[in-house]
Amino acid sequence: MGTVQTGTPMADLTGLPALMQLADGRFPTGGHAHSGGFEAAAQREGINDLPAMEEFLIGRLRTTGLVAAAFTAAACQYFHQAMAADQGASLLDRLAPLGRELDARTPSPVLRTVSRRLGRQLIRTGRVVWPHQGLDRLASVPGQGVHQPVGLGAVAAAAGQPPAHAAVAAAQESIAGPATAAVRLLGLDPFAVNAVVARLGAEVVRVASEATGPADGPASALPASAGYLLDVSAEFHATWEVRLFAS
Amino acid sequence: MRAHAKLGVRLRPGAQDTPRSHVSRLRSHGPLVLRPTGERLPGWLSRWGADPVDGVTVRLAAGAAGPLGGDHWRLDVEVGDGAALQLGAVSASLVLPGAHAARSLSETTISVGADAMLVWSPAAQIAAAGCRHAGLSRIDLAPGARLCAREEVVIGRYGEEPGDFAQRLRVTRSGEALYDQELAVGAASAGWNSPAVVADRKALGSIVVVDPATTNLDLFTAAVSPDVPDTAVMRLAPDAVLITSLAPDMISLRHRLSTTFAGFAATR
Amino acid sequence: MPADQHDHDHNHEHEHEHEHEHDRSQDHHHGHDHDGHDRHDEHEHDSSVLVRPSGEDPHTLRATPPHVHRDTLEPLGRETRRALRVGIGGPVGSGKTALVAALCRTLNPELAIAVVTNDIYTTEDADFLLRNGVLPSERITAVETGACPHTAIRDDISTNLEAIEELEQKLPPLDLVLVESGGDNLTATFSRGLIHRQIFVIDVAGGDKVPRKGGPGVSTSDLLVINKIDLAPMVHADLAVMDRDAKAKRGDLPVLFTSLTEDPTAATVTAWIREKLAEHQR
Ligand SMILES: Nc1nc2c(ncn2[C@@H]2O[C@H](COP(=O)(O)OP(=O)(O)OP(=O)(O)O)[C@@H](O)[C@H]2O)c(=O)[nH]1
Ligand SMILES: [Mg+2]
Repeated sequence: MGTVQTGTPMADLTGLPALMQLADGRFPTGGHAHSGGFEAAAQREGINDLPAMEEFLIGRLRTTGLVAAAFTAAACQYFHQAMAADQGASLLDRLAPLGRELDARTPSPVLRTVSRRLGRQLIRTGRVVWPHQGLDRLASVPGQGVHQPVGLGAVAAAAGQPPAHAAVAAAQESIAGPATAAVRLLGLDPFAVNAVVARLGAEVVRVASEATGPADGPASALPASAGYLLDVSAEFHATWEVRLFAS
Repeated sequence: MRAHAKLGVRLRPGAQDTPRSHVSRLRSHGPLVLRPTGERLPGWLSRWGADPVDGVTVRLAAGAAGPLGGDHWRLDVEVGDGAALQLGAVSASLVLPGAHAARSLSETTISVGADAMLVWSPAAQIAAAGCRHAGLSRIDLAPGARLCAREEVVIGRYGEEPGDFAQRLRVTRSGEALYDQELAVGAASAGWNSPAVVADRKALGSIVVVDPATTNLDLFTAAVSPDVPDTAVMRLAPDAVLITSLAPDMISLRHRLSTTFAGFAATR
Repeated sequence: MPADQHDHDHNHEHEHEHEHEHDRSQDHHHGHDHDGHDRHDEHEHDSSVLVRPSGEDPHTLRATPPHVHRDTLEPLGRETRRALRVGIGGPVGSGKTALVAALCRTLNPELAIAVVTNDIYTTEDADFLLRNGVLPSERITAVETGACPHTAIRDDISTNLEAIEELEQKLPPLDLVLVESGGDNLTATFSRGLIHRQIFVIDVAGGDKVPRKGGPGVSTSDLLVINKIDLAPMVHADLAVMDRDAKAKRGDLPVLFTSLTEDPTAATVTAWIREKLAEHQR
């Protein structure tokens, strides 16, 4: 565990089941209760059909999806580096700047809280599914725990994934969650919704490779693409008395 | 064209030995013309103990239009320890395409010293059709520094789609990130006009306020208000607040921002 | 501003650097710098009010209604398994919240109790418990379920685990944690990873054939509560039939008939809880 799979096609296949498990919407990390801003957007912007949903997904993928993928890839990379350097002794120090930079890229306090909650839940699940002392270290982070992308990158690393795979999982997750919510909220045809997600596959890969590029560099150099309406809507959504999703 | 302007403001003993802010360095360059205006500081700065006549006020007059394709503009600003600067612009700047679809770039780097204060309010940038522009504002704050940074973008002139326009504002404290967000609109940024980003709003504004006297920030009462649509007040940290607002046009954006800012601006 | 107004020569670098002393008071001799001016001395550079930034503060959720699941600043990972966790599930309106309220009322004086609710899309259950004052608000956490309580209590229990552990850390030592599921279908049961014991609550008003239909809740729960027996005559429900069918499905597992309106202490269920708690603490 903890080694990066590279090179041969067989090596890639080895990591594939874990990647599919990690990217599966039913992987139990609490994501099912969140719509990725879709519930708020559907109500506030009147999204009620597939084309409008698709537009939302693209916008989310290219903004917070890109940021999440970049931080996931970086966390995965830093995790592997910490294991290689000192068996993870420096892990928390290496990941700390990612937390600060993500805070700065998540201006909505509601979304910061959601991100840290999902991050904690990822670590909780990851420790059982892919036991790893690096994840144990992360579970003992004082304060509110790690952000979701940091948790995802770390769990991906513990599951033996390279940063590029972690980035794909993050980018994919940034649209799969809201797409599932769209089915539940709007009663959209689940086949058609999945067809949209499949069509966006090429864009997911583009975003993931853009995200993986800077994973070697400092956290401050990672993308900061903003979904302004996602932030503002999240703040409004949090004040609703009746809502189906937590965010 | 390339232009590199510089501005420095320092505290210096003034009359009766009271230290006063003064311009210690002023280098206009090409279209980037820095003009000390001698304006009074806005009244609300008294909340920060600023004497309305004791700060330096400078406006940037960036030629007849904003950056044009091919331009690379830089502005470096240093506010010394304890000094006060209000840096604004003479007018909104129109970001236009240049020949050969060249990109334009404008970078502003500001450092604010210990216990100093900066009001950064460049006027709105208007992302015209066909432009290819990237703007980056970096503001670093030393301990105790106060900041009010207000940036506004108009997304395309009336009835037109914007060109590829990106604007990033990064605020750090002693180098550590506090706020870092980039707006990207135009054909190169798929999904920019979606309900995740701006969805047909033509104006976007952000105000970042950093105030070590954290109770001041409690004056921004509600995070959201039904009376001020598409606008949220978000606590970035105990001592920092962000107001983000989107609006159909500049006039309503200004109204939304100032309504939201009013509680803080009202002096005791 | 039209583009054609922008006509100056961009190749002509027009540089005039002047590094000069530019004192503010030289620009303006308005005399503002004298004593007559309304200075706010008490605010001036008051370094005594300096507060260093210190990460996220607990007020970051101020935009959220008060009893939505909040963050604590406690460290994670402390595993406390002492409290008995009891899940309470069953169809909509069968009396789950009424049972939780009854248990809290009766047991609160002797036990340290906390409650986690899993509502479908509101915080109604939590609100009811708060309104009725059965527990102080810090002992009640509402988990949001994304419209699927059965997912939150069975397939993906992470948010509920978080909520329970936060309560255990915030209010040590706890004896009993009650986890109420939002009303869901007859197949909704709790994961064994989340709770130690589960109670399934059905009511006579749903018809006396519910036990016969079975389902995992009716057949496998640790306790089946058949509630609202006061209504049996009104809805022509035959309690003997319900008892027989339930026993057929459940074998030795216990069944209790209750009317929470007639016995708001839920004495029989309370006794069952005490017994399970004693086993748990052994
Ligand atoms: N007549 C009668 N009414 C009862 C009894 N127990 C509960 N109720 C009433 O039944 C209604 C539903 O009770 P709740 O406790 O809210 O039911 P619940 O199972 O929590 O409902 P959901 O959470 O919405 O699924 C309320 O109006 C209660 O007052 C009972 O024993 N007899
Ligand atoms: Mg209930």
